[in-house]
Amino acid sequence: MSFMKKPTVRHPGLPRNDLGLTVRDYEGGMSTLCAGCGHDAITGAIVQAAHELSIPPHGFAKLSGIGCSSKTPAYFLGASHGFNSCHGRMPSVATGANAANRDLHYIGVSGDGDSLSIGFGQFAHAMRRNVNMLYLVENNGVYGLTKGQFSASADIGSTAKKGEENLQPPIDPCQAALTLGASFVARSFSGDKEQLVPLLKAGLQHRGFGMIDIISPCVTFNDHEGSTKSYSYSRQHFHKAISADFVPPSETIKAQYSEGASMPIELHDGSKIILRKVDGAYDPTDKAAAAIYLRERQSAGEITTGLLYINEAQQEMHDLAGSSDTPMNQIPYERLNPGSDMLKKIQSRMR
Amino acid sequence: MRPTDTSDPQYYHKVVDCQWGCPAHTDVPGYIRLIAQAKFTDAYMLNRQSNVFPGILGRVCDRPCEPACRRGRLEADGEEEPVAICRLKRVAADNRDEVRHLLKQPDKSGPGRGKKIACVGAGPASLTVANDLLPLGYDITIFEALNVGGGLMRSNIPSFRLPVEVINDEIGMIVERGVTLKCNHPINSMKSLLEDEGFDAVFVGTGAPKGKNLSIPGREEARANIHIGIEWLESVAFDHIEKIGKNVLIIGVGNTAMDCCRTSLRLGADNVKVMARKPRAFFKASAWELDDAEEENVEIIINRSPKAFVLEDGKLVGMTFEEMEYDVDAEGNITDTRVAGDVTYPCDDVILAIGQDNAFPWIERDLGIEFDKWEVPVVDKVSYESTRPGLFFGGDAAFGPLNIIWAVEHGHQAGISIHKYCQGESVSERMPKGMTLESAKMGIHEWSYSNDYDDADRLLVPHVGLKDRFKKLNIEVELGFTAEQAAEEVERCLNCDIQTVFTEKLCIECDACIDVCPVDCLTITTNGDEADLRGRLSAPAINPEEDLLVSDSLPQTGRVMVKDEDLCVHCGLCAERCPTAAWDMQKFTLEKPHAVNEAGAPFQKQEVA
Ligand SMILES: Cc1cc2nc3c(=O)[nH]c(=O)nc-3n(C[C@H](O)[C@H](O)[C@H](O)COP(=O)(O)OP(=O)(O)OC[C@H]3O[C@@H](n4cnc5c(N)ncnc54)[C@H](O)[C@@H]3O)c2cc1C
Ligand SMILES: Cc1ncc(C[n+]2csc(CCOP(=O)(O)OP(=O)(O)O)c2C)c(N)n1
Ligand code: SF4
Ligand code: SF4
Ligand code: SF4
Ligand code: SF4
Ligand SMILES: [Mg+2]
Repeated sequence: MSFMKKPTVRHPGLPRNDLGLTVRDYEGGMSTLCAGCGHDAITGAIVQAAHELSIPPHGFAKLSGIGCSSKTPAYFLGASHGFNSCHGRMPSVATGANAANRDLHYIGVSGDGDSLSIGFGQFAHAMRRNVNMLYLVENNGVYGLTKGQFSASADIGSTAKKGEENLQPPIDPCQAALTLGASFVARSFSGDKEQLVPLLKAGLQHRGFGMIDIISPCVTFNDHEGSTKSYSYSRQHFHKAISADFVPPSETIKAQYSEGASMPIELHDGSKIILRKVDGAYDPTDKAAAAIYLRERQSAGEITTGLLYINEAQQEMHDLAGSSDTPMNQIPYERLNPGSDMLKKIQSRMR
Repeated sequence: MRPTDTSDPQYYHKVVDCQWGCPAHTDVPGYIRLIAQAKFTDAYMLNRQSNVFPGILGRVCDRPCEPACRRGRLEADGEEEPVAICRLKRVAADNRDEVRHLLKQPDKSGPGRGKKIACVGAGPASLTVANDLLPLGYDITIFEALNVGGGLMRSNIPSFRLPVEVINDEIGMIVERGVTLKCNHPINSMKSLLEDEGFDAVFVGTGAPKGKNLSIPGREEARANIHIGIEWLESVAFDHIEKIGKNVLIIGVGNTAMDCCRTSLRLGADNVKVMARKPRAFFKASAWELDDAEEENVEIIINRSPKAFVLEDGKLVGMTFEEMEYDVDAEGNITDTRVAGDVTYPCDDVILAIGQDNAFPWIERDLGIEFDKWEVPVVDKVSYESTRPGLFFGGDAAFGPLNIIWAVEHGHQAGISIHKYCQGESVSERMPKGMTLESAKMGIHEWSYSNDYDDADRLLVPHVGLKDRFKKLNIEVELGFTAEQAAEEVERCLNCDIQTVFTEKLCIECDACIDVCPVDCLTITTNGDEADLRGRLSAPAINPEEDLLVSDSLPQTGRVMVKDEDLCVHCGLCAERCPTAAWDMQKFTLEKPHAVNEAGAPFQKQEVA
């Protein structure tokens, strides 16, 4: 970590978004993570994506659990809402927050430990409810914060820093998400912002639970030879099944996309994701095929990345619950709390 | 692009904008750090090595370093201003201890023993030649027409900007070490100097001594009240003129005009107007000289072109001007000029400050010294040698009027040439510039320099009050920074000489440096040609003058690291955040040869801290 703050001085030519803000207005505090940690690059990608979407910083709520990854909301969107929950409990806090105020953009940041071990049950139910949020698993194969024990995403045969081998099978967050009901499932790599930033933007504009599994090397405990979550291993085994470009509502689609090879998907706000298939047969709207494809590529030793599955039509939590369109903080107190007479009436109906 | 060749000293040299912009390549960040540590004497000596007259230049330097300073290109709360480089130089001079014992004494058994060198004119150019050749044992004689040395620094720059004691002290440091300074000794014949006096080499540093005249109606008749600026200032400096009329017009708006108008105010004028032919954007005077004159209520009137002097009873009473109108295009160039009418301003005296010319009536034209069509000698831009071997020119005499710091640099270069010439070596084969690089790392996130960005605004130098300063001609207006103010201002310097040095084979492309850089000057991308790369950087490349540092292919993806040097604040965060030390902060020291180095002396080592 660095002891000084990032200076406020900036490049005078920085582009301004529709709100007149520069990317610097979307930053947070100075990171205290290890120098070179993949999580910091993801932080950088979130800052960039939020700026490019021209969403005001206070239009976001960022939530996390415990872990190095879960510390990162302190380092982006300094002017947004936030909640740091206890270990593995971020999904339920996010669910509650979203129930109360559906107008904010929710970013949940978690780790492979936070989501796939202690918080697995919570992770599963947030997906099952299709809570409208972007959920990031910053996946480094270890518990970084507690000094590098294998996590539930560690691959069989991957070795720890001192040579011990992992023998248990990994949980793949993408397979889990496909099975458990997430309506947007993607995988990316902290070292590839070109792929990651459009996915973050698409995930933020998608209505429903957007889960992105982001391989995010732990430079301190899991970046050695023998690790399957190191920078160099990830780069060697990276396979882009499908590329996703994000097109905001104001822009028309450029002619460079040839028919057939590309597939536009319109999101609820009018923005579009243009999917460019690298692998011709792949169809990211076919859930069953996606699951099979992922399993096959995994046995071939590849890390499949890109937007793996999307379903814009799937109902999210508020649709399922039939809850109010208006955030609770904008509903007049008398309606939120109709008083004891109304309570009595309701109770009498139940007798 | 091909990987940048950082082994060429020019690459990192150019990153240090102020040092690159200084004609003598003064190690600005080096001396600023020394001031920060209150090592004023060391700061003075480091300055002196390059610019010879830190006390003088700390007051009146033309300071091309300041518009070049990187700090002025940044944006924090608003636009940033350059570091007060020149004012800090004066702080070193004002607070230093005695330095005479630190100066190199003549080495009587040095390579110059038995060689006689003549310098004509005792301005900064000749004095620098003497300063550089003395230690090598050369026998140096300076011939000066006036009764005292210093050139225009003494005769033209007014004492309210540059006190006489400062000039005496810094000239003394050179002359006292054994230069023969022959004052009241104008050279009237180059031929006899070259042929009769037995000098091994001759340097001409006679300046550009002729003020331009203005031939319009009434000039002759009103001559008693029309003065040529540089002659008039000289007369004031040597007490031959002690007063001037109440209403004074200054013609021209360069630095000489600024000195003339401010001097007039001190000799009894109470209404001084500076008449400019063109709009403000075309003024030749430095911004700070204009500010200082306007602070003293000098009125600057634009778009007035001199037409005639007006006389009554044979005496000057006014001056008529044409009122000019200009069309200016988007780039600021004048596209059309019109005269809208005439206007007359009453006045008692007029001072002409419209430029200087070279004049060499004392150089015979049959000595093998070629002159060009403007009657200026042909001088080599590297060696400063004329077409006659062994005869060198420098300062304003070489390429027309410039300024003191250029005169000093010409002196350094001519000094090298004279030494080589006297040693029978070729004056064109010169020692190249060199450099040293030394890591500034002291520990984890600890550097040998103050790397955090200080967002303080540029400090203003205090001035003597508007009443008191006019009491006497020689009251120095600028008071200089106090030690406390200097301590604040030094922190604004970005330490641009602490270079970001990249080792590609160590980079794992984690993006940490890219994300942390406060001014977004780093990019990892696929390679391309320069124009292409400049279009794909993290932040737009807005300054094509500044270089791109491009790495070799990175080990994991084959992409390249690109750094736009333009706005790097040298905060070291890239190096702090790099897990593999692929970025390091290294102190760059330019090794710029002077005559002593050509003669074999090692370069002085500059400490990092
Ligand atoms: C009014 C005015 C203000 C200026 N202000 C500044 C300023 O603030 N900052 C700055 O950097 N520059 C300033 N300059 C410019 C600067 O003074 C000159 O560029 C610089 O002094 C040139 O140095 P030099 O050594 O070439 O010659 P000079 O300083 O011109 O010295 C030449 C010397 O040679 C002598 N000489 C001439 N002919 C002969 C001869 N035949 N025999 C013997 N001696 C001879 C002259 O008497 C003179 O002493 C100013 C100039 C003027 C006119
Ligand atoms: C209830 C509880 N149990 C255990 C811990 C100890 N603990 C802290 S972080 C962590 C694992 C974090 O791993 P991960 O989510 O992968 O984050 P990383 O540090 O790798 O980014 C554990 C087990 C805790 N803080 N709280
Ligand atoms: S321990 Fe690993 S995960 Fe945690 S900050 Fe360091 S590098 Fe990142
Ligand atoms: S910031 Fe300091 S080192 Fe950089 S150009 Fe300005 S004065 Fe020179
Ligand atoms: S030192 Fe590094 S981080 Fe700081 S401005 Fe320069 S390139 Fe950016
Ligand atoms: S921080 Fe270091 S390793 Fe990471 S990208 Fe920058 S130079 Fe490469
Ligand atoms: Mg982890």
